[in-house]
Amino acid sequence: MKTQLIGLNPSRRSVLKGIAGSGAALAAGALPGFVQAQSSAPIKLGFQLHRTGIGAAYGRWYERTTQAALKVLNEAGGINGRPVEIVFEDDGTDPKRGAEVVEKLASQHGVDAIFGPLFSHVVIGSAPRAGELKVPYLVCSEGFHVASGMLNRWTLQPGITDVKAQVRAMAPWVAANLGKKVTMVFPDYAFGYDHRDAFSAAMKEQGGEVIALIAIPPTETSYTRYLPQIPAETEVLYHVMVGPGVLTFVKELGEFYGSGAKPHLFGFIDSLEAVDIASPGLEFLEGSHFWEGHNRMQQADASEHEIFYRAAVGVDANGASLADPSDIATYAHMFSTWETLFVIKAGMEAAAYQGVADRQKLVEAIEAMTAMPHSREHPQGDKVFNGKTHQVFGHQFISEVVGGKLLRVHTTSLEDGAYPDAVDYTTQSF
Amino acid sequence: MDFGPFLLLAVMEGLVAAAVLALTAVGLSLVFGVMRVVNVAHGEFFMLGAVSAWFVTHWLPGPPAFGFALALILSPLLVALVAAAADVLVLKRLNYQPQATIVATIGLLYILQQAALSLYGPEARPVAAPFTLAIQFPWFGYSGYKLAVVAAAAVILTGVWLVMTRSRVGLVMRATQIDRDTAQAFGINVDRVYAGVFAFGAALAAVAAVLIVPIRQAHYLMGGDPLLLSFIVVIIGGLGRLRGTVVAALLIGLSDGVVSMFFSPTLAKILATLLVALVLVFRPQGLFGQRAG
Repeated sequence: MKTQLIGLNPSRRSVLKGIAGSGAALAAGALPGFVQAQSSAPIKLGFQLHRTGIGAAYGRWYERTTQAALKVLNEAGGINGRPVEIVFEDDGTDPKRGAEVVEKLASQHGVDAIFGPLFSHVVIGSAPRAGELKVPYLVCSEGFHVASGMLNRWTLQPGITDVKAQVRAMAPWVAANLGKKVTMVFPDYAFGYDHRDAFSAAMKEQGGEVIALIAIPPTETSYTRYLPQIPAETEVLYHVMVGPGVLTFVKELGEFYGSGAKPHLFGFIDSLEAVDIASPGLEFLEGSHFWEGHNRMQQADASEHEIFYRAAVGVDANGASLADPSDIATYAHMFSTWETLFVIKAGMEAAAYQGVADRQKLVEAIEAMTAMPHSREHPQGDKVFNGKTHQVFGHQFISEVVGGKLLRVHTTSLEDGAYPDAVDYTTQSF
Repeated sequence: MDFGPFLLLAVMEGLVAAAVLALTAVGLSLVFGVMRVVNVAHGEFFMLGAVSAWFVTHWLPGPPAFGFALALILSPLLVALVAAAADVLVLKRLNYQPQATIVATIGLLYILQQAALSLYGPEARPVAAPFTLAIQFPWFGYSGYKLAVVAAAAVILTGVWLVMTRSRVGLVMRATQIDRDTAQAFGINVDRVYAGVFAFGAALAAVAAVLIVPIRQAHYLMGGDPLLLSFIVVIIGGLGRLRGTVVAALLIGLSDGVVSMFFSPTLAKILATLLVALVLVFRPQGLFGQRAG
């Protein structure tokens, strides 16, 4: 058999000419957005993604949000004038694979920094490996494990407020508006324990009381059997659930109470992330309240930054994908990947970052950060970063379900969630 | 909540679990009884039933009841086809050797699971129930659809029992189960019986999944739990025993419902697994099986 390449019979000379020509074109500014820095090689970041496993709904949107942020970042000239690329690696929402992904990104891809994981058991399982490999590991997990001192100098959380501060900020409002006798339903692993511990303590400070704790495994598929444990004298049912069964959880909660009397429902929107609030069987949520880290539905007073961010990621005013209205975003959490990418940019520029040898300088530059104003880079709102605890603190929102829409009724201040530092990572060695 | 209503809710939840479990386990038991194949991929046939139900209802406009009814017919058919193909292409070529078929069905498990992940995606997607009926007791509310699942499972299991005991197809299956060589000598096409039984067993798992998918969502990892529980039920009931399997499913389902509600779901799983261990030690033929002669 003879292969004929039609009109394509290059000689060695013409190929060399072509390469030289395109090289010259590149040097002459074929990429006008990137001014020449000392090295013009792309900055390579690794993203530890929950593409499959129980975190898949978050993973889908974390990837979209990060791609959107990357586009905005590169169009504005990249980092230090260098283009940025991101390598996405799936960890299956599994702690063991998480550590392997960190290893692969750092050793095989040679990335400058790793960011993006959400589920706390994956973060806790992966962070030690990042510390051993001495690669900056920027998590988007909300867990108190960063600020509690459980992790290491290389692990930071600059994109989202931790659970402890979130629930401390919720407690005064819940106690004042909904009731003081609370039953908590939460997932039976690290993330859920942060809710349990921090909210129980915060409620006590408000003169309230948590009267029952119901832990449910995050892989559970059937929830009705847990619900009779809710004491009848409960005034507020505090619910937070994750995993593929969240819709079943909320539906069975509705079925369980039916048309009978029920406590005030206060949920973390995690119980409803990626779920359409207009789904059949969820009508009972009308009038109930939710914590939102970022308002899923566009509010009347949305800022220009928020509107820009929503459009860039491709989310409509209801919090669904512009391409498919049944594809609901994990809007209350996914801003963290966007903001983390821009923190990396700011950190690398402050550290005059050149290459992997400067990884330590990047961590030190982020530790030096304090105020992060509300901006295109921080569309969720203004924040304050605590370099000692490696944790950022921002405003939280409480929304009420009114006519099937989530309307913001309260915004917390940064002081509402404040708590004393539990660690000073800057005193630890690299 | 008072003890009475508490128990009522526990029993209803247990019945729903038992109904789905009975359907799934009967399929597994049938395959083992007739073919002596331990089908580790049985849970994936369950998953495939739920996932295909989502595709059917998603692509079919019109009232949910219509799409659901169609899914109840099409999904088991599709799963049966996949299973029959797996039998002809893989298991038959291994001459149904017990060890080889275990390894082969483990491979099948991963192929089906990863195929679902690639073609359907990692999301849990809901399927609308054919009807919504909220039953309000004085102490709590309950979904009428869940009770309909119990009734539907009872009807289908009765149908399976009739087929096995009253029809020619059932006679041929039982003959093959009792003595494969003699059945072949009497002109029964054993290859076809095997393919048919494997397909039928998988279809039963798919029916169970279509019934449950409006309550839970279709998810590519949903096959694990039904597989484990089906094995527990089949071992307790006696491998290959239809009636024993149904009774064991009721036992495990109800005890799971009651124990997990009054104590904890983890304890229910511990007890079920402990029961399997005890049965294997003291009555290896199962609670309802006869000692092999």
